[in-house]
Amino acid sequence: MKTIEQVTDEILTLASTHFKVERDRLSPTDDFFKSLGIDSLQALELLTRLENHFNVELPDYEVQGVSDFQTLAERIQSRL
Amino acid sequence: MNNYSGETLSWEIIDGCIELALHREPCNEIGSKTLEELERFVSALGEMEREAHALIIYSRMKAGFCAGADLRELYFGASGMGFANAEPLVRDFLNRIHTVMNAIDASPLTTIAAVHGVTFGGGFELALTCDLIFADKMARFCFPELRLGLIPGFGGIPRLRRDLGNAVVRDILLTGRSINATKAQNVGLVSQLAGENESLRVARFTAAQIGKFDRRTSAEAKRFLKPIPYRELQEEIDIFCRLFTEPAVEAGLRKFVESTDALPYLP
Repeated sequence: MKTIEQVTDEILTLASTHFKVERDRLSPTDDFFKSLGIDSLQALELLTRLENHFNVELPDYEVQGVSDFQTLAERIQSRL
Repeated sequence: MNNYSGETLSWEIIDGCIELALHREPCNEIGSKTLEELERFVSALGEMEREAHALIIYSRMKAGFCAGADLRELYFGASGMGFANAEPLVRDFLNRIHTVMNAIDASPLTTIAAVHGVTFGGGFELALTCDLIFADKMARFCFPELRLGLIPGFGGIPRLRRDLGNAVVRDILLTGRSINATKAQNVGLVSQLAGENESLRVARFTAAQIGKFDRRTSAEAKRFLKPIPYRELQEEIDIFCRLFTEPAVEAGLRKFVESTDALPYLP
């Protein structure tokens, strides 16, 4: 089972790669809407990429109100 | 009319395959203009069917296949006359879009929806009229209507129930959650998964394969396999119209219209 740190790190790396933001500029407590400069449509894209990467299903209502990487990682870890 | 280039959609016949491209900003929302051009398409379809063996419906918009009904147009149309009086307006739109959807559903051609990205609400329902759904791995499917106090109105429930088990239909409908392409393939909704931005290419390969078969045999097989649930489709229109005048719908649509979010009906 992956640790929460591992999950968070993988999310940050994936987000950095797909939204073209330097990895060093992202931290677990960042608001990903702001740090990635994305809207809800792109957040949906992020959700799909995360589901595909971790091979999990993450219902969108479960991430309702979540905007930081750390909490997102917790939601994903609970599905691993 | 074998070729058409319109405001919201275009079509042409390529190697015996009709390709219907949706291209209305931002994500092919289905309003009166799209409906008008879809009606134009189905009017031309009968003649084109003599020269084609397959139909592919796809989107040229980056955001996805189709985000569903144009809710802004719906809100302003209904609020202009008062939601309590808007039932005839809504029923007329639904009757017209159902005629379009039923014509695509009943076409003797083998039909493929090549989808990517957002495939929500009426867009999902359009895909469900097709015999096959090919999805790129970034596609998402959703019926968000319950969040607006409505049910899907373009034939979604009867067609989803035709194709999938009722437990899956309830999950998608009653939770309002979106599912990704892999999940959609696992439950039997998606026929083939494609890489990112590759669903059209995959659909073209399949259309070429379909072209090798005797057209009349393919049409007979389809007619036998895929009955159209007309009674349930009519019932869906009636339920939608009954719900539409409830206060929750006006409130839900107003919230949608006033939002500046790209997809305000998402959580």
